[in-house]
Amino acid sequence: MINFKSVSKKFGSNLALDNITLEIKQGEFVFIVGPCGAGKSTLLKILTRENLPTSGKIMVGNVDITKIKDSDVPKFRRKVGVVFQDFKLLDDRTVFEQVALTLEVQGKSDKEIQKAVEHTLKLVEIWDKRNLFPKQLSGGEAQRTAIARAIVGKPDIVLADEPTGDLDLKTAWGVIQLLNEINSWGTVILMATHNQEIVNTLKKRVVVLKQGKIVKDSKEGKYE
Amino acid sequence: MKRAIKFTRRNIRRTPFQAIAASMVMLLTFLALQAFIILAAGSQTALRYFESKPQVIAFFKEGTTNQDVTAIENALKQEIRVTNIKFVSKEDALQIYREKNKNDPTLLELVTASILPASLEVSTKDPQDLAPIADILKREPVISEVIVPEDVVATLTSITRIIRYTGGATVGFLMVFATLVIIMIISFKIRIKRTEIEIMRLLGASPGFVRTPFILEGMFYGVTGAVLAWIINYSLLWYFTPFLQGYLEDVKLLPVNLLFMLTLLGGSLVVACLVGAIGSFAAVRRYLKI
Repeated sequence: MINFKSVSKKFGSNLALDNITLEIKQGEFVFIVGPCGAGKSTLLKILTRENLPTSGKIMVGNVDITKIKDSDVPKFRRKVGVVFQDFKLLDDRTVFEQVALTLEVQGKSDKEIQKAVEHTLKLVEIWDKRNLFPKQLSGGEAQRTAIARAIVGKPDIVLADEPTGDLDLKTAWGVIQLLNEINSWGTVILMATHNQEIVNTLKKRVVVLKQGKIVKDSKEGKYE
Repeated sequence: MKRAIKFTRRNIRRTPFQAIAASMVMLLTFLALQAFIILAAGSQTALRYFESKPQVIAFFKEGTTNQDVTAIENALKQEIRVTNIKFVSKEDALQIYREKNKNDPTLLELVTASILPASLEVSTKDPQDLAPIADILKREPVISEVIVPEDVVATLTSITRIIRYTGGATVGFLMVFATLVIIMIISFKIRIKRTEIEIMRLLGASPGFVRTPFILEGMFYGVTGAVLAWIINYSLLWYFTPFLQGYLEDVKLLPVNLLFMLTLLGGSLVVACLVGAIGSFAAVRRYLKI
């Protein structure tokens, strides 16, 4: 599904990713862990084509995303859902509108949008909050909105960059269970996190990064 | 496009004060622009009116015969500079006098056709031909006096020229100013919407999807300003028409022609769309990197 082949990324003289080779199969849930500055966010940003690697190849399906034309990047990004630590919700849009935006950019009809958004908001259990604005939501509700926005377009991959970073433990678990459920449909989840408890309890594949290098890659791994 | 219009509407509705400020600036720009165009068109019409009026008036001495008048008329007809010759008899002159003083019976009682001189009104193609035609008429022994209103035309010509040049320069300046205002407003909007733009990019929005609402928004401000300015200008013209008509007398400027005003509206809308589109496109190119 996703294949990093000798990927390196340099920012000036700083080597953020150093010769990363990593294969992620369809339906996998992978934690990317490591200290700050280890390269976790850079890895995710390369997968959304926000950054290009300095060298190496990244295959998503049969496509080398480092080679796709700029004009084809939007189409590629529709296959990847992204969830952020700070939610990145738009202040002037309701929960419904935030989620609808994903489908609006894809050019879906109003009828399709109504149906898909309703289904997704019910799935993440915030349908009753659909008319509220971000300031009226709790942290957990905001993150569920962000997850709904990421998955409403039925992406093949969901990238979550510290999605529980700003949440209390109970709320964080709710978010993780939701991501786990999404993973059970066959969607690849790639989650960068610092949360040891979550990683160690969930027993999923763990890739440990340190100074831009993979230092450990274990199935049902632990974060020490 | 339907979705782009929806996004534009939402952008405008959710930042109403910015939208009002932007439309007001465009309103002022188009108010001045349309006022200049109305002024330039009005002065042009006034000039045409004065140019088309009998510009040289030659009064005949008492006892001038019809043969003398015909001879002068025939001589003038040979002149290619002359466009029209009109003989005003003593009776015609009395008729004109009565018409002009119909509200003053005292003045009408005192005047008879015998004390009014017959005259010849001569029009020329160009105001510059007035003086040579006047010289020809002055040489005729049966003519007592020649009036040349060339100063009015010369003044009006120069005023029209000034309006045309300063109007052109001002309109050009205002166009640049309006475009810069749109660039400033749209770039400001792009800045405050950078999170939304970033999200849309990550959700897979095409560059066109992100850019189009900003371009439509710029066009909307231009069009709103132009339409409001047109309504204000037209209302002011309508309101002042009775007052101005007293000054303009025979010059057929007012009430202003509806077709002219509709053309002005159409032209303003085209210019507004262009200014809005060019301004916002420039802002999008400069500040919106997708």
